[in-house]
Amino acid sequence: MNQWNNFSKGIFKENAVFVQVLGMCPTLGVTTSAYNGLGMGLATTFVLLMSNIVVSMVKGFIPDKVRIPAYIVIIASFVTIVELIMQAFVPVLFDELGLFIPLIVVNCLVLGRSEAFASKNNVLSSAVDGLGMGLGFTLALFMLGSIRELLGSGAWLGIKFIHGDGMLLFILAPGAFIALAYLIAIMNRVNRRNA
Amino acid sequence: MAKRESTFGNMLLALTVVTLISSASLGFVYELTKGPIAAAKLAKKNEALQSVLPEFNNHPVEEVYKKAVDGDTLYFFPARRDSQLVGTAVETFSPKGFGGTIRLMVGFLPDGTINNVAVLEHKETPGLGDKMDRKKSDWSVQFEGKNPKNFKLAVKKDGGDVQAITASTISSRAFCDAVERAYNSLMKGGQQ
Repeated sequence: MNQWNNFSKGIFKENAVFVQVLGMCPTLGVTTSAYNGLGMGLATTFVLLMSNIVVSMVKGFIPDKVRIPAYIVIIASFVTIVELIMQAFVPVLFDELGLFIPLIVVNCLVLGRSEAFASKNNVLSSAVDGLGMGLGFTLALFMLGSIRELLGSGAWLGIKFIHGDGMLLFILAPGAFIALAYLIAIMNRVNRRNA
Repeated sequence: MAKRESTFGNMLLALTVVTLISSASLGFVYELTKGPIAAAKLAKKNEALQSVLPEFNNHPVEEVYKKAVDGDTLYFFPARRDSQLVGTAVETFSPKGFGGTIRLMVGFLPDGTINNVAVLEHKETPGLGDKMDRKKSDWSVQFEGKNPKNFKLAVKKDGGDVQAITASTISSRAFCDAVERAYNSLMKGGQQ
């Protein structure tokens, strides 16, 4: 199987946010700034990569009926590891993301890839798939965060361009839906042209 | 894909092994990060203390004393300069925030005057209530140098002296509530 295909499908053709519309809770919740989106995306990428690798390694050993609980335990362990490491070494980011880090456990993207891909493919393909999916997710969150930060606070990655407030709407929850809808529309257009 | 048949024995074995390995690796990472996490928390607290208190040269964290109030705990950090009390920082809280409990560090001079306030933790609306944080706006400057004895800690709408954050009266009220709670317990014999 072509490894480049496994990698790039997660970024474009099967992008978790824009095409599969998975993992909406962190997508809408934490993207108030580009930095938050990037941090959340990378944390999820790490969990995806590691859980895909481990699930594809143990897939022969786990009986079919208990595979979901087993996958969830594996995913939850990696999420807790990410949480502890973040708390220790990037406390500023941890304060911002706080609640959303444990919620990676229930991000259907992570379990979805374990179930749909890693449980049927070898370790290398699963690692590549996890990395691609994770980076696609990161890219989506970073784009959404950038748009919301630019419009909502008039800043990008914490660098302010205007004095005072931007359009507050985009920092609040409704702005997340509006910005995401436009992004999905644009991505659909791009994907259709490429198809 | 070769599906493995599920029997009671192999299901039990598989889940036991998976959970055992998971908990062992978590324990290992926890031990590894325990030190840095504690250090990061202490650094944050010290930074907050330095920003709200006048210059001191003791270790207020080591002299902390606490008092249980309204179902939570207030922490008092006495700051001394050459063993002379120059102020007390109070780690205070208010359950009345728009998004839940807010926690502040309020620095008082020995006569009860507010020296400075720092926000430790809040879940207020980004762009509105989070302006209480000095990193976001200068709103909390109005508390500096005020003595609650003749500065009523309530928003103007409630007959007080505090200019509320625009469109965030609830957050502003919670902020005043937290500062007032700190002031009252400090004056009520919190002083050492």
